[in-house]
Amino acid sequence: MQTRRETLKHSAAVAGLLASTGLFPQYAQAFDKAAFETKSVAEAVKAMGGSAPVESKDVTITGPDIAENGAVVPLGVSTSLGNVKRMLLLVEKNPSALIAMFNVSPEVEANFATRSKMGQSSDVYAVAITNDGKAFFAKKEVKVTLGGCGG
Amino acid sequence: MHVNAVETRMKKLFFALGLIGLCAAAFAQKSSTDSIAEYRAMLQDGNPAELFEAKGEDLWKQKRGPKNASLEKCDLGKGAGVVKGAWVELPRYFSDTGKVQDLESRLVTCMQELQGFNGDEIAKTPFGKGEQSNVTALATWISAESKGMKFNLPQGHVEERKMYEVGKRLFFMRGGSHDFACATCHGQDDKRIRLQDLPNLTKNPGAGNGFGAWPAYRVSNGQMWGAQLRLNDCYRQQRFPYPLFGSEATIALGVYMGVNGKGGEATAPAIKR
Amino acid sequence: MRIRAQAAGDKATIRVLMSHEMESGQRKDGTGKLIPAWHIQDVTATLNGKVVMTAEWGPAVSKNPFLQFTIKGAKAGDKVGITWKDNKGDTRSDEATVS
Repeated sequence: MQTRRETLKHSAAVAGLLASTGLFPQYAQAFDKAAFETKSVAEAVKAMGGSAPVESKDVTITGPDIAENGAVVPLGVSTSLGNVKRMLLLVEKNPSALIAMFNVSPEVEANFATRSKMGQSSDVYAVAITNDGKAFFAKKEVKVTLGGCGG
Repeated sequence: MHVNAVETRMKKLFFALGLIGLCAAAFAQKSSTDSIAEYRAMLQDGNPAELFEAKGEDLWKQKRGPKNASLEKCDLGKGAGVVKGAWVELPRYFSDTGKVQDLESRLVTCMQELQGFNGDEIAKTPFGKGEQSNVTALATWISAESKGMKFNLPQGHVEERKMYEVGKRLFFMRGGSHDFACATCHGQDDKRIRLQDLPNLTKNPGAGNGFGAWPAYRVSNGQMWGAQLRLNDCYRQQRFPYPLFGSEATIALGVYMGVNGKGGEATAPAIKR
Repeated sequence: MRIRAQAAGDKATIRVLMSHEMESGQRKDGTGKLIPAWHIQDVTATLNGKVVMTAEWGPAVSKNPFLQFTIKGAKAGDKVGITWKDNKGDTRSDEATVS
């Protein structure tokens, strides 16, 4: 059961990730202010200016628990929310966190799957952005292992 | 009295349910083998090997080489042009060349005889380059045409039986700087290197699964590997000298593993780490 | 490119395999020099000629990329087109019929 403290931590992380993509000016502010380097949850929230992406049960990130090889990790992003403009796939510990961005038109479901390179075990995020600029996310840990010498 | 009895029964019931809950949790704990299997299953749909299958099918039908001919008359062991079911019966003896051949060396024979390519040149070409990459694509498609069929390598000819025995000796022969043999990694059940389960290639299911998985698309380098390259790399890992493309040693090992895998289901082209 | 378009009810699931190096720009070659990034940047999907989906990809998408999505209202016989464009300006298009 997630505490409010943990939820806020995740929100800060996602806000930072979104900011680093350059897609969201309002989050870029928070990232520039080194929200990630703050030591406490309270400081991070303050640096964010208070509003943050919200964890939502209506957003889903699918992927394996363990990826045998980080070169190809199957990941899916989806949401049951309405009014969604785009879906993002992010890998927190990659050199550039944003993997892919899918524009959601009325003709397609807000449900996309692809495969990503992961440099190391990391949290992976699905983010749904609605038409009024609100962001909702879900996250999952994917462990990456080298896997040995053969196969 | 009555209420107490009910209470005790309820307590017992909750206790039992609690136990079941705990047991369920223990069983729900996924082993890493299961997690890896799940990861591999997720990649099955949309195996990049399909890109190579498409290329291989085109190459089979395309008129190429100095003789400007297609490979559609190539005999892979079941008659000229018969592709379906050919892969699960290879390696086998071919009377026109007088020797036991595997799929890739047989393809080179056909490319030489039917299309006029220089077989020796192709054999010397590094994997992944030039005509070698075409051989791999062809092998990928041809193996896919036997998907789901059962391995049934012939052992009727004396040469086929001889190669099985040679393959068995080679499989257990220790050598190289580290005194490795194929059997060092693949001679027993339940062995693994880090998170890679090592199939026991001396019998089913390991033999069918292991031998039957190549050609395979390797996600770690995004390359399509045929059985020849797979064996070549095994020798590299054992610190042995590399066998030449199509060398008798590789054919013999193919016969040994393929016969051990009799009845196993063909899954190639697979997707591998 | 391999495109599979399968209708189920009032929508179609599209699965695409694209042939592309997707070089991340992080790797070094034998001499220690960085191999420049070379990857698909834009993907567009059309249904009977009309654009229904656009996507932007970074270099972290895997080599020989796979894409799956669902088009609402697509039915057997409809034509699905996929086009990609990479950061060098190279482009490929392919089409499949919904089955």
